[in-house]
Amino acid sequence: MKKEVYINSIGSVSVQKTFDSTQFLEDIVTYNDTTLKVVDPNYKEYIPPAAARRMAKGIKMSAVSSKNAMKEAGLQNVDAIIVGTGLGCLGDSEKFVSDIIKNDEQYLTPTRFIQSSHNTVAGSIALDMGCKGHNFTYVNASISFESSLWDAKLQLQANEATHILVGGVDEMVDHHVDTHRFIGHVKDKPVTMEEVLSSNTKGAVIGEGSHFFVLSNKKGKSTYSKLTSIGIYNTLEKDKIADVITGFLKDNELSVQDLDGVILGNNGDVEYDHFYTNLCSSIFDNTPQLVFKHLSGEYDTATGFGFWLANKIFKTGEVPKIVKLNDKNITEPKRLLLYNQYRGRNHSLVLLEKC
Amino acid sequence: MNRGIAITGMGLISSIGNNVEENLTSLTSNKTGISRITQINTVHKNDIMVGEISQTNDMLEKQLGLAPNSYSRTPLLGIIAAKEAISQAGIDNIKDCRTGLISGTTVGGMDKAEQYFYDYYESDEHWNHINGLHAGDSTQKIADAIGLAESFVTTISTACSSSANAIMLGARMIKAGELDRVIVGGSDCLSKFTINGFKTLMILSDTYNTPFDEHRKGLNLGEAAAFLVLESDEIVSRENKKVLAYVKGYGNANDAFHQTASSENGDGAVLAMEKAFKVAGLKPSDIDYINAHGTATPNNDLSEGRSLLRIFDNNVPEFSSTKAFTGHTLAAAGSVEAIYSVLAIQNNIIYPNIGFKTPMSEFDLVPETALKHKEINTVLSNSFGFGGNCSTLIFTKEA
Repeated sequence: MKKEVYINSIGSVSVQKTFDSTQFLEDIVTYNDTTLKVVDPNYKEYIPPAAARRMAKGIKMSAVSSKNAMKEAGLQNVDAIIVGTGLGCLGDSEKFVSDIIKNDEQYLTPTRFIQSSHNTVAGSIALDMGCKGHNFTYVNASISFESSLWDAKLQLQANEATHILVGGVDEMVDHHVDTHRFIGHVKDKPVTMEEVLSSNTKGAVIGEGSHFFVLSNKKGKSTYSKLTSIGIYNTLEKDKIADVITGFLKDNELSVQDLDGVILGNNGDVEYDHFYTNLCSSIFDNTPQLVFKHLSGEYDTATGFGFWLANKIFKTGEVPKIVKLNDKNITEPKRLLLYNQYRGRNHSLVLLEKC
Repeated sequence: MNRGIAITGMGLISSIGNNVEENLTSLTSNKTGISRITQINTVHKNDIMVGEISQTNDMLEKQLGLAPNSYSRTPLLGIIAAKEAISQAGIDNIKDCRTGLISGTTVGGMDKAEQYFYDYYESDEHWNHINGLHAGDSTQKIADAIGLAESFVTTISTACSSSANAIMLGARMIKAGELDRVIVGGSDCLSKFTINGFKTLMILSDTYNTPFDEHRKGLNLGEAAAFLVLESDEIVSRENKKVLAYVKGYGNANDAFHQTASSENGDGAVLAMEKAFKVAGLKPSDIDYINAHGTATPNNDLSEGRSLLRIFDNNVPEFSSTKAFTGHTLAAAGSVEAIYSVLAIQNNIIYPNIGFKTPMSEFDLVPETALKHKEINTVLSNSFGFGGNCSTLIFTKEA
């Protein structure tokens, strides 16, 4: 008998003021830009200042979001730590490369290399917590976070672990943004938060963030929702997505009518948002549609923000107006589906239920 | 006892051979792949030795029918190894069952990123490599090359245990019934990034690496790609497949001691091995051969040696590190050595730990120094990485 998988706590550092768990998108940070930085929490409350000085931003953000998740779950330790990251602590990688080039491979120091290792966030959380359990890091573009959820679900269902800390983190880094702007992945001109999703221009607004959650196979006082099912697909043909989604729901003995809402990964890239808009005008026509990337920015683990949003909706029963894409209302959210893809690749479906 | 997961195909390219057969020949004829570096123009070229694959990118791209300078070296090596594995497994139609791909890499497309880091600002000539930096890109290219679509494809990066963890996840996915078949392994190429990174950590040897030797001077970096095909019992019996060996046990644990160094007594390694034994339903005395992580750094070999003494209660079976042949192939090391473990089972051999002369002063562990023939039913393989990551895999002849 497979065990249930509960989301027992959340922690977030993002472009919005999400680190304050008492708030729910009440005080929105607006912008007119192509890149977005996180709202820095007071890192000193979480990390000794001496350690923080050389710490990569991804590690710092994750120290805050993971500690908040652990605190809310009332745990000192977990059985496993699983992190998704598209690019790891890329800022340090890029500095290390530029140092290699500028200094002709001389006078280098190890810190930037060490922090470049993709699993540096998972490793540093384990080190800080003294967690000797399973420690994995998934690095597959926009399904990095979903791969981590999948791994956690496997272990919790099989009762190989009781509590698992699962997260997604990515940094916004200049060289990466510059070069990806060259190839059209980043918007050329600044755009406002209000207009980004209807910008009709190529590329995305790039953000960053870190989201951590405690997943358990035991319900707790703070439980937000239940993770029912995940789908990961490296490719999907445009015309087959609706069928894949209805098939996915059918596998869970559900139909589209059973969904109280869908949370979609629209990022305002005119070349790829049709993956969502096609669904909005077909199978999801009568379903409340929600979006979040105008608030979070686009990054490989932006779905961590989407997952955070879904769980906040379950907990509060409220749907902030700013995330609504159509005028259908969600009254008593019982079941939400997240669908995301990036540039036509790495599609994911995540099904959450109230419990 | 728990049933193992069937291995039905293997593919491998390393500095000691362009395929599995060539690797076996080198391993059994004391032919090391360690040499001076020829394909990367690094200022350290006279201070280091590496396990470099002799084929250039041009040659690899020609072999794969790709235009020159299309891909980073990581996916090029990965595609070659993955294709060999699929061919050995006799897979004609990769879509005939739920097939997945799980790859490990640390370097990803860094070889191209470091080459064109500033050039990207000057000209658009190499912009094809911009989106090749991220680790998932190499996996995506491998998936495309082997025709995997609408499938579970992901990438693991846990430093030097990445591909061991890919094998572990693959086995767990099949066990849980989430996939029928999964191609698991990893790929990493040499790069200035890793050469300089390990150089700053002062753990690169200026000569041939000598695992478990008192006078070991550090590791030689290597490059490789290695993939295995794992299939469910249903697929094996449906297609009457030849099973090469089984993934019987696996365990991952964290040392939680230091970002880059292993704890003195190998706590994480002990935990990983204990977990693997538990999953396998085996005990230490069942192990016929240990393919050690054995990087030849002072820290690893001491910590790993102590962990072996603890797990095997001072009665350590025959062991060796094959890194004196291949160098340390980082993310690929776990799957390279998984294939060597399967070859040990298939051929009933133990590989020599070449270069070993003097036992370490801290204990009296002596690896095998000559090729040994012996009935091998069960092999334990260790892989450890930065971030305290410790992984153990156990392979068996019988399910």
